[in-house]
Amino acid sequence: MATDQAKSPSIGTWAPVVGLGWLLPGGGHFLLKRTGRGTLLLVSVLSMFFLGLMMRGAMFQPQTGDILTTIIYCGGFLGDLASGLLYLLATWLGYAQPDIAGHVHDYGTKFLVGAGLINILAIVDAYEIAVGKKE
Amino acid sequence: MPKMNLSHFEAAVLFALFSSVVLGVITKRTDADRLRYGVRCFAYFMAALIGLGWLMRLGHG
Repeated sequence: MATDQAKSPSIGTWAPVVGLGWLLPGGGHFLLKRTGRGTLLLVSVLSMFFLGLMMRGAMFQPQTGDILTTIIYCGGFLGDLASGLLYLLATWLGYAQPDIAGHVHDYGTKFLVGAGLINILAIVDAYEIAVGKKE
Repeated sequence: MPKMNLSHFEAAVLFALFSSVVLGVITKRTDADRLRYGVRCFAYFMAALIGLGWLMRLGHG
Protein backbone atom coordinates (compact mmCIF):
# COMPACT_ATOMS: atom_id res chain seq x y z
CA MET A 1 0.00 0.00 0.00
CA ALA A 2 2.80 2.38 0.91
CA THR A 3 4.51 1.44 -2.36
CA ASP A 4 1.33 2.23 -4.33
CA GLN A 5 1.07 5.64 -2.68
CA ALA A 6 4.71 6.33 -3.45
CA LYS A 7 4.16 5.46 -7.13
CA SER A 8 0.99 7.49 -7.71
CA PRO A 9 1.75 11.13 -8.53
CA SER A 10 0.38 13.76 -6.19
CA ILE A 11 -2.64 15.70 -7.37
CA GLY A 12 -0.68 18.93 -7.10
CA THR A 13 1.63 17.87 -9.93
CA TRP A 14 -1.07 17.28 -12.51
CA ALA A 15 -4.29 19.04 -11.43
CA PRO A 16 -3.20 22.58 -12.47
CA VAL A 17 -1.96 21.23 -15.80
CA VAL A 18 -5.19 19.35 -16.48
CA GLY A 19 -7.36 22.25 -15.29
CA LEU A 20 -5.56 24.85 -17.39
CA GLY A 21 -5.43 22.44 -20.33
CA TRP A 22 -9.20 22.10 -20.18
CA LEU A 23 -9.88 25.82 -19.84
CA LEU A 24 -7.38 26.96 -22.47
CA PRO A 25 -6.48 24.44 -25.18
CA GLY A 26 -2.72 23.86 -25.02
CA GLY A 27 -2.61 25.65 -21.66
CA GLY A 28 -1.26 22.58 -19.88
CA HIS A 29 1.62 22.45 -22.32
CA PHE A 30 2.32 26.16 -21.82
CA LEU A 31 2.43 25.58 -18.06
CA LEU A 32 4.94 22.78 -18.64
CA LYS A 33 7.05 25.03 -20.91
CA ARG A 34 6.18 23.06 -24.07
CA THR A 35 5.27 26.23 -25.93
CA GLY A 36 5.75 24.91 -29.47
CA ARG A 37 3.43 21.97 -28.96
CA GLY A 38 1.05 24.07 -26.91
CA THR A 39 0.81 26.61 -29.72
CA LEU A 40 0.05 23.93 -32.30
CA LEU A 41 -2.67 22.48 -30.06
CA LEU A 42 -4.12 25.92 -29.35
CA VAL A 43 -4.22 26.86 -33.04
CA SER A 44 -5.79 23.52 -34.02
CA VAL A 45 -8.50 23.54 -31.37
CA LEU A 46 -9.26 27.25 -31.84
CA SER A 47 -9.47 26.86 -35.61
CA MET A 48 -11.78 23.87 -35.38
CA PHE A 49 -14.00 25.57 -32.83
CA PHE A 50 -14.31 28.84 -34.77
CA LEU A 51 -14.86 27.01 -38.05
CA GLY A 52 -17.65 25.12 -36.28
CA LEU A 53 -19.18 28.39 -35.11
CA MET A 54 -18.88 29.96 -38.58
CA MET A 55 -20.58 26.91 -40.09
CA ARG A 56 -23.35 27.47 -37.53
CA GLY A 57 -22.97 24.08 -35.91
CA ALA A 58 -25.30 23.17 -33.06
CA MET A 59 -24.16 22.61 -29.48
CA PHE A 60 -25.46 19.38 -27.95
CA GLN A 61 -27.69 19.50 -24.89
CA PRO A 62 -27.77 16.39 -22.70
CA GLN A 63 -30.83 14.27 -23.43
CA THR A 64 -31.84 10.83 -22.31
CA GLY A 65 -34.14 8.33 -23.91
CA ASP A 66 -33.15 5.22 -25.80
CA ILE A 67 -29.52 4.18 -25.56
CA LEU A 68 -28.50 5.77 -28.87
CA THR A 69 -30.07 9.13 -27.98
CA THR A 70 -28.35 9.10 -24.60
CA ILE A 71 -24.95 8.27 -26.08
CA ILE A 72 -25.18 10.83 -28.88
CA TYR A 73 -26.55 13.75 -26.89
CA CYS A 74 -24.74 13.22 -23.58
CA GLY A 75 -21.50 12.28 -25.39
CA GLY A 76 -21.87 15.25 -27.71
CA PHE A 77 -22.46 17.56 -24.76
CA LEU A 78 -19.31 16.28 -23.04
CA GLY A 79 -17.39 16.74 -26.29
CA ASP A 80 -18.60 20.33 -26.57
CA LEU A 81 -17.84 20.99 -22.91
CA ALA A 82 -14.27 19.70 -23.35
CA SER A 83 -13.41 22.85 -25.33
CA GLY A 84 -13.34 24.63 -21.96
CA LEU A 85 -13.45 28.40 -22.03
CA LEU A 86 -14.35 28.44 -25.73
CA TYR A 87 -17.57 26.53 -25.03
CA LEU A 88 -18.37 28.50 -21.89
CA LEU A 89 -17.82 31.86 -23.62
CA ALA A 90 -19.84 30.87 -26.68
CA THR A 91 -22.71 29.74 -24.46
CA TRP A 92 -22.54 32.75 -22.15
CA LEU A 93 -22.46 35.10 -25.15
CA GLY A 94 -25.69 33.58 -26.37
CA TYR A 95 -24.63 31.18 -29.12
CA ALA A 96 -27.61 28.87 -29.47
CA GLN A 97 -27.83 27.56 -32.99
CA PRO A 98 -30.76 25.21 -33.55
CA ASP A 99 -29.98 21.86 -35.14
CA ILE A 100 -31.08 22.36 -38.74
CA ALA A 101 -30.69 20.28 -41.86
CA GLY A 102 -27.78 20.87 -44.24
CA HIS A 103 -24.30 19.50 -44.67
CA VAL A 104 -22.55 22.74 -43.62
CA HIS A 105 -24.43 22.90 -40.29
CA ASP A 106 -23.81 19.22 -39.79
CA TYR A 107 -20.07 19.63 -40.34
CA GLY A 108 -20.15 22.62 -38.01
CA THR A 109 -21.64 20.48 -35.25
CA LYS A 110 -18.93 17.86 -35.80
CA PHE A 111 -16.20 20.52 -35.79
CA LEU A 112 -17.45 21.84 -32.44
CA VAL A 113 -17.44 18.35 -30.90
CA GLY A 114 -14.15 17.49 -32.64
CA ALA A 115 -12.47 20.56 -31.13
CA GLY A 116 -13.43 19.31 -27.66
CA LEU A 117 -12.31 15.76 -28.39
CA ILE A 118 -8.88 16.79 -29.61
CA ASN A 119 -8.60 19.00 -26.55
CA ILE A 120 -9.17 15.88 -24.43
CA LEU A 121 -6.23 14.26 -26.26
CA ALA A 122 -4.15 17.37 -25.51
CA ILE A 123 -5.14 17.23 -21.82
CA VAL A 124 -4.14 13.55 -21.58
CA ASP A 125 -0.80 14.36 -23.23
CA ALA A 126 -0.19 17.23 -20.78
CA TYR A 127 -1.10 14.94 -17.88
CA GLU A 128 1.41 12.32 -19.03
CA ILE A 129 4.11 14.96 -19.30
CA ALA A 130 3.27 16.33 -15.85
CA VAL A 131 3.53 12.93 -14.14
CA GLY A 132 6.74 12.04 -15.99
CA LYS A 133 5.41 9.36 -18.33
CA LYS A 134 6.43 11.43 -21.37
CA GLU A 135 8.86 14.21 -22.14
CA MET B 1 -19.50 36.22 -36.86
CA PRO B 2 -19.45 35.59 -40.63
CA LYS B 3 -21.19 32.52 -41.94
CA MET B 4 -19.05 30.08 -43.82
CA ASN B 5 -20.12 27.76 -46.60
CA LEU B 6 -17.80 24.88 -47.35
CA SER B 7 -18.20 21.89 -49.60
CA HIS B 8 -18.05 18.37 -48.15
CA PHE B 9 -14.52 18.04 -49.46
CA GLU B 10 -13.25 21.35 -48.05
CA ALA B 11 -14.77 20.70 -44.62
CA ALA B 12 -13.38 17.16 -44.49
CA VAL B 13 -9.89 18.34 -45.54
CA LEU B 14 -9.86 20.99 -42.80
CA PHE B 15 -11.07 18.44 -40.24
CA ALA B 16 -8.33 16.03 -41.37
CA LEU B 17 -5.68 18.75 -41.23
CA PHE B 18 -6.34 19.89 -37.67
CA SER B 19 -6.90 16.35 -36.37
CA SER B 20 -3.64 15.21 -37.97
CA VAL B 21 -1.70 18.09 -36.40
CA VAL B 22 -2.98 17.17 -32.94
CA LEU B 23 -2.43 13.42 -33.43
CA GLY B 24 1.13 14.14 -34.57
CA VAL B 25 1.85 16.49 -31.67
CA ILE B 26 0.61 14.22 -28.89
CA THR B 27 1.60 10.79 -30.13
CA LYS B 28 5.33 10.65 -30.78
CA ARG B 29 8.40 11.57 -28.80
CA THR B 30 10.64 13.41 -31.26
CA ASP B 31 9.79 16.28 -33.59
CA ALA B 32 10.78 14.30 -36.69
CA ASP B 33 8.53 11.40 -35.65
CA ARG B 34 5.69 13.82 -34.88
CA LEU B 35 5.95 15.42 -38.31
CA ARG B 36 6.09 12.04 -40.04
CA TYR B 37 3.14 10.68 -38.08
CA GLY B 38 1.07 13.82 -38.67
CA VAL B 39 1.69 13.66 -42.42
CA ARG B 40 0.88 9.96 -42.45
CA CYS B 41 -2.39 10.53 -40.56
CA PHE B 42 -3.34 13.26 -43.01
CA ALA B 43 -2.59 10.93 -45.93
CA TYR B 44 -4.77 8.21 -44.35
CA PHE B 45 -7.60 10.71 -43.86
CA MET B 46 -7.32 11.76 -47.51
CA ALA B 47 -7.20 8.18 -48.74
CA ALA B 48 -10.31 7.32 -46.70
CA LEU B 49 -12.08 10.49 -47.83
CA ILE B 50 -11.43 9.94 -51.53
CA GLY B 51 -11.94 6.18 -51.34
CA LEU B 52 -15.25 6.43 -49.50
CA GLY B 53 -16.34 9.25 -51.78
CA TRP B 54 -15.80 7.08 -54.84
CA LEU B 55 -17.43 4.10 -53.13
CA MET B 56 -20.57 6.14 -52.45
CA ARG B 57 -20.58 7.53 -55.98
CA LEU B 58 -20.25 4.08 -57.51
CA GLY B 59 -22.80 2.66 -55.07
CA HIS B 60 -25.35 5.23 -56.18
CA GLY B 61 -24.83 4.24 -59.82
